[in-house]
Amino acid sequence: MELFELTAHELHAKLDKRETSAEEIVKSVLGRISKTENKVSAFMTINIDEAIIKAKEIDDYIASGKKLTPLTGIPVAIKDNMCTRGILTTASSKILRNYIPPYNATVVEKILQAGAIPIGKTNLDEFAMGSSTENSAYKVTKNPWNLGTVPGGSSGGSAACIAADEAILAFGSDTGGSIRQPASFCGVVGLKPTYGRVSRYGLIAFASSLDQIGPLTKDVTDAAIFLNAMAGHDPKDSTSVDLSVPDYRKSLIDDVKNLKIGVIKELLGEGISSSVKKSILEAAELLKKLGAKVEEVSMPTLKYGVAAYYLLATAEASSNLERYDGVKYGHRSASSDDILAMYYNTRREGFGPEVKRRIMLGTYALSAGYYDAYYLKAQKVRTLIKNDFDKAFSKFDALLSPTAPSPAFKIGEKTDDPLSMYLSDIATIPVNLAGIPAISIPCGFVNDLPVGLQIIGKAFSEEMLFRVAYTYEQNTEWHKRKPKL
Amino acid sequence: MKYEAVIGLEIHAQLLTESKIFCGCSTKFGAAPNTNICPVCTGQPGVLPVLNKKVVEFAIKTGLALKGNIAKHSVFARKNYFYPDLPKNYQISMYELPLVVGGHMDVTVDGKAKHIGITRVHLEEDAGKLVHKGAAGLKGSTGSLVDFNRTGVPLMEIVTEPDIRSPEEAKVFMQELRNLLVYLEVCDGNMEEGSLRCDANVSVRPIGQKELGTKTEVKNMNSFKSVQKALEAEIKRQTDMLESGERIVQETRLFDDTINMTTPMRSKEEAHDYRYFPEPDLVPVEPDRKWVEEIAKTITELPGAKRSRLMKDHGLPELDATVLTDDKALADFFEECLKLYKNAKNLSNWMIGDLTAYMKAKKIGIKEINITPAQFIEMLNLIDKGTISRNSAKAVLVKMLDGGKSVNDVVAESGATQISDEGELLNIISNVMSNNTKSVSDYKIGKEQALFFLMGQVMKATKGRANPEAVKKLLIEALKK
Amino acid sequence: MKVTIKDVEHVAILARLGLSDDEKKKFTEQLSRILEYAEVINKLDTKKVEPTSHAIPMKNIFREDKVVPCENAKEITANAPKEDNNMFSVPRIME
Repeated sequence: MELFELTAHELHAKLDKRETSAEEIVKSVLGRISKTENKVSAFMTINIDEAIIKAKEIDDYIASGKKLTPLTGIPVAIKDNMCTRGILTTASSKILRNYIPPYNATVVEKILQAGAIPIGKTNLDEFAMGSSTENSAYKVTKNPWNLGTVPGGSSGGSAACIAADEAILAFGSDTGGSIRQPASFCGVVGLKPTYGRVSRYGLIAFASSLDQIGPLTKDVTDAAIFLNAMAGHDPKDSTSVDLSVPDYRKSLIDDVKNLKIGVIKELLGEGISSSVKKSILEAAELLKKLGAKVEEVSMPTLKYGVAAYYLLATAEASSNLERYDGVKYGHRSASSDDILAMYYNTRREGFGPEVKRRIMLGTYALSAGYYDAYYLKAQKVRTLIKNDFDKAFSKFDALLSPTAPSPAFKIGEKTDDPLSMYLSDIATIPVNLAGIPAISIPCGFVNDLPVGLQIIGKAFSEEMLFRVAYTYEQNTEWHKRKPKL
Repeated sequence: MKYEAVIGLEIHAQLLTESKIFCGCSTKFGAAPNTNICPVCTGQPGVLPVLNKKVVEFAIKTGLALKGNIAKHSVFARKNYFYPDLPKNYQISMYELPLVVGGHMDVTVDGKAKHIGITRVHLEEDAGKLVHKGAAGLKGSTGSLVDFNRTGVPLMEIVTEPDIRSPEEAKVFMQELRNLLVYLEVCDGNMEEGSLRCDANVSVRPIGQKELGTKTEVKNMNSFKSVQKALEAEIKRQTDMLESGERIVQETRLFDDTINMTTPMRSKEEAHDYRYFPEPDLVPVEPDRKWVEEIAKTITELPGAKRSRLMKDHGLPELDATVLTDDKALADFFEECLKLYKNAKNLSNWMIGDLTAYMKAKKIGIKEINITPAQFIEMLNLIDKGTISRNSAKAVLVKMLDGGKSVNDVVAESGATQISDEGELLNIISNVMSNNTKSVSDYKIGKEQALFFLMGQVMKATKGRANPEAVKKLLIEALKK
Repeated sequence: MKVTIKDVEHVAILARLGLSDDEKKKFTEQLSRILEYAEVINKLDTKKVEPTSHAIPMKNIFREDKVVPCENAKEITANAPKEDNNMFSVPRIME
């Protein structure tokens, strides 16, 4: 097996035994990128020279006998909505076409400290708004399993590059499913941590009360390792939680005996493809066979999630995106005779249609006369959804659902109907509204396209998620399959 | 028809913290443009605010001093509007749930006590500074330059109830509020420099009418005096309009101190829709009662109370007490002196008179003078003893202040000791009388002024060092002969 | 809730978004559809329900009043689309 095909934990073992070097690993991954990237288009920027320089530094560090962390020498891809000092960061938008951040996102600092090697910035739906990565202003990323289909979104670039072995670990961000859904479409592991578990400082904000950064990886073990490295309290983020980070590797136990698992009834009904439904029920059966107590659970408020989300998230986004005005950084329209013209034209030229649509929707929801009916009402629906989950978790240790209603759809298939695109997030959105963690792991294939199983836990129960996910993974072979590129 | 004015004030005070409200940048004034900045206060993509604890402490302290209620649960909110001095194009402020609700301040206007209610006190961040190119101000400019040093400096907004009824009341209120904030050491209260700003909501109604008239917002009042003048102008304008049957338009007007009038602010945009919503990047502030109590303990005597005490305990007239307490540092110096000296009125006279004149001339404050309260009292004691005359003491004080010297050193150097010795004085008087025979005869025929002339000559001859009372007594005796 | 083209124009002004006539028409239609769908939440009785602003409730998060020296001011001004004397230059602001 080539180095680029391995997982972080496998590479770490090799580095530890001095069977390979950081430079060899980086060159292997870069070599892979040079072969497949023209097909996949996962990256916005590839930091070839910097990665090799860093790799050499890491090798010196290792040679001097210093201790390795699980991330030392591991190539990491970073979603291009996370600030990297001195490295172009665009959020896949024209409005940031030339933006060089003066600082690193906290999680980027953390992995740099741990000796990881940033390999490049990955493509996303513009400002993380989308479920297919087709909203990128620069390029369309293809799903490595079928280049005519989407990789999912908004972290499509990161998910695709893991599936294609173009990086060993990748950062994603998730506001309504943007880590989990692409993980599901690309047959990789994607985790959205509990809100506040991972610092948001340096993540270009979409919806502040919903955004979280999380790992996209080849297997559950790597997700645990990566989460270990990125989680933790950050004094620069007032919403980050001051709770110690457990060693998530300790949760990688192949045992679900007597765990109570609920299968969400409403997420296996109308709107979910029958083949996806079949995969999920088979997964539930397997867990039952392995000793878990699996039952159906009804969560009647979940169906209001999409509506509440598209009012809340767009409202917050409309405000977060006001700063893109051509004054301080990024694109400034050439037609700027006066400040108003500058604002109107810069934002007209700089934002794509989906971003404009959400800014309009969000501004409307907050505007005079509509605040109570839309924004405030949506905040109340959020409480009801949270309560529904609290009730479920009083009975169950974890909940199951499909991550997405279908496998990856064709490129261009849903771009004409924004509403239908929004509705496909029905399973992932309620998790963000409640602030709880969820993981998507591969659980089957439909027409050779991956299907994802979503496991949901209560706040700060990532250990439970890893345990259930690891057990399932160790008793199946899905994670060993790779796309033919 | 007689009209009465109804005025409410909206005050913004820059808080005296070391760092900004949501980031660690320095708040120090006068730095080169865009040097006290960081990713947070320049609104870079991906940044987040973190609240400065001292800012909250200062607001709670102010709220307590204003007898307001410290909220159990207060929330920051975003106020959205586009302007180049606002990097995020929203200001983090507070809306429905401010930090302090209610309160009041009692002021004295024209000898009458007036109770002015406070609606609320809340926190927000300041915007940046704009420098306009191609013109003196915004009008006619060809472009502008933005300096973000000031963005994120903490502001405390104080809103009064519409309880103010005259421009003078407004001015007095502003002065009292300023003193309060300076005493609390939360703001340096400088309207001219912009660390204390004031906007007013003004309306007029017939006396006796309960409903409020249409109000206008008046801005650009940059000193206590201009607050009064602006309100006078606006009240007159509104009254004139109502009297001629015209309707008041609700609008924002700017005070122009070159013509002493308010002019409408032309704005292309419609009335602002700020789309307030709770700031998702910050969590609620819920000050626990223990913390509030600790803050309450740090509040020392407030200006109003100090003024009353000086009047009551030391018999000072209101004017003296007011001047002394207006400046906290001056009041502190005064009280230090009082520990060593009993005659409060004499002390007050010297401080308000010669000492203040000196400080004004040198453009310094009491904290910068070169002598201590003890040294000041030493001088007063020498005057009381008669060792130096009141007159010569004036020059002595200046020398003390100039050189940081003690009174004894100055007197020794300049030989300013007062001459009270009768023998010495009689000699000089005898000389003066023989040199001014006409005045002597004038006095003897009843011209009283001649005495003062002769006294003057004695003082001149002694270079002001003669003890005036002694001179007068001896001269009169000598002239009788 | 039917969204009219006037609503769209008003919102575009609030958001400082320049829209073409085509976009205005398209957004009017799309926003109407989305908001019509979103009306579903009105079915829920939320009279006694508190709104959730923060999924994980927290309070009183502060930092100490200490100056942190600025180390990337130059990188920040370097990003200015138009710069003049180390200040961000903007076109004229009309009154």
